[in-house]
Amino acid sequence: MSRSALTGTRIRARRTLRGMRQTDLARMVGVSPSYLNLIEHNRRKVSAPLLNALAQALGVSSDALVEDGDTRLVEGARAAALRADTDLSELERIDDLIGRFPGWAAVLAETHARVERLERVVEQLNDRMTHDPYLGDALHEIISAVTSVQSTAAILNDDADLDPEWQTRFHRNILTDSGRLAEGAVALVNYIDSAKTGETGIAAPQEEVEAWLAREGYHIAMTEGDDLSGAEAYLDAQVELASGAARQLALGWLHQMQADAQALPLSALQTALAAHGMAPDRLAAEFGCGVDVVLRRLAHVPRALSADLGLPPVGLAICDMSGTLLYRRPLDGFDFPRFGGGCPLWPLYHALRQPHVALRASLVTAGRTGRRFGAYAIACVAGAARVDQPPVLRATMLLLPEDGQATDRAIPVGASCRTCPQMECAARREPSILVTGA
Amino acid sequence: MNQKRVLVLEDEPNISEAIRFILTRDGWQVEVEADGIAALERLRSAPPDALILDLMLPDMNGFDVLRSLRASEATRHLPVLMLTAKGQSADRELAAQLGVTRFMTKPFANADVVSALQSMVAS
Repeated sequence: MSRSALTGTRIRARRTLRGMRQTDLARMVGVSPSYLNLIEHNRRKVSAPLLNALAQALGVSSDALVEDGDTRLVEGARAAALRADTDLSELERIDDLIGRFPGWAAVLAETHARVERLERVVEQLNDRMTHDPYLGDALHEIISAVTSVQSTAAILNDDADLDPEWQTRFHRNILTDSGRLAEGAVALVNYIDSAKTGETGIAAPQEEVEAWLAREGYHIAMTEGDDLSGAEAYLDAQVELASGAARQLALGWLHQMQADAQALPLSALQTALAAHGMAPDRLAAEFGCGVDVVLRRLAHVPRALSADLGLPPVGLAICDMSGTLLYRRPLDGFDFPRFGGGCPLWPLYHALRQPHVALRASLVTAGRTGRRFGAYAIACVAGAARVDQPPVLRATMLLLPEDGQATDRAIPVGASCRTCPQMECAARREPSILVTGA
Repeated sequence: MNQKRVLVLEDEPNISEAIRFILTRDGWQVEVEADGIAALERLRSAPPDALILDLMLPDMNGFDVLRSLRASEATRHLPVLMLTAKGQSADRELAAQLGVTRFMTKPFANADVVSALQSMVAS
């Protein structure tokens, strides 16, 4: 039986579910706590005899430690229970539930996942209505023109003895405003027509690019080679890239990915990853490139390579000096806001204060169903250096799922203030739209 | 004749021109400003009988202007008609909390603006 890269994750999940200390489990199976810690962090493979011993000590089958489905069910049902304020004493019997009623447990987990997905949609729609600057400005422009036309036309209609000079002035105003109105209406229709409509509403160019990359699995094969001559024709054929702005952004990304691939060629990267794992600093040293290049490259490798090496799923965020997110690759359990900046506590933003310093932090998503992530972040100068000009920085943050010990100091973070239930937070800039039920 | 003075704080010149015309025709002495800071200075130095206030201004929004007016003794009770393209209930509620006298959404009927202003000043 093959043991997947996340067996350690499942061992840890089962142990913490039972409230067992790492040292106690290590003693029971005859290994050192530090060795068990490495296993739980997926840094050491588990031998078959040790897997059996661990399964026995944890009171589960060894299959339960190597199969994804069961663990997802445990996590999903547990998250649903925590959200619903279920009696915690019953939470310990989650294995009984899944063992006896796997179908019901699956329904519970899926319902919880659906609630979370719908909450994200609500947030995105809310953001769209509140924060889409183009839509807001376009509508304001149209209403202003309509107001002027209506008010002026009423004057011309109501006042038969209007002074000729005023008449001329008002006619001119109506002409000007009707032109504004026509232009504004056409622009608004074009904006709506050229954008995608889906469950979350109209897409912005950046969202079109992200949708395209998500469908492609965040890897475009042509960027591994030297020739991008067919890039524009390829981008024209991508259904997600409806707007010219999106295709322009996407072309920029193809060039960026190609440059990153040249800095860390695929075959050499595969060897290095097998040797070092996802260690950005060691990879940067080995390839003689910046940590930011490594972070971007790790988020854009072929799916086959990730599967072969058992690499964990990753998320990526890039922001400019204003904190505006320029790129978002979400990771299961860690979503990025569609509009505005993210959580000010992310290392992404801390990196901007210390350019060229690679940061590493453990994060836990705020709330009772918090999930843990490891984050690497660095801010580097973008573009050519300019004499007597302030540098333009871009920060990059790579996210990885992470296991953590109870004593670890993980930073509680949110996606954005609007969806973060952590009310007492010095970094909060606006109220949350979530009702936590706490 | 004691002519009433009204200040129109509106950054859309064609709208302010139309308002100036209809109010002048109704017997008002109309002054126009297009930005909030200049309007606040004028309001403090010579408070008019009423203010027509646009919500979206280039330098500060109408809520900030209203907040500033209500914080000053000279303009605490100045009748304010807020005109806005934003008619969301949250904006109405905030305007009410800040002490707006009337709230009217754009586009408006000229006669409604005139009658609103008359009733505000009369009361």
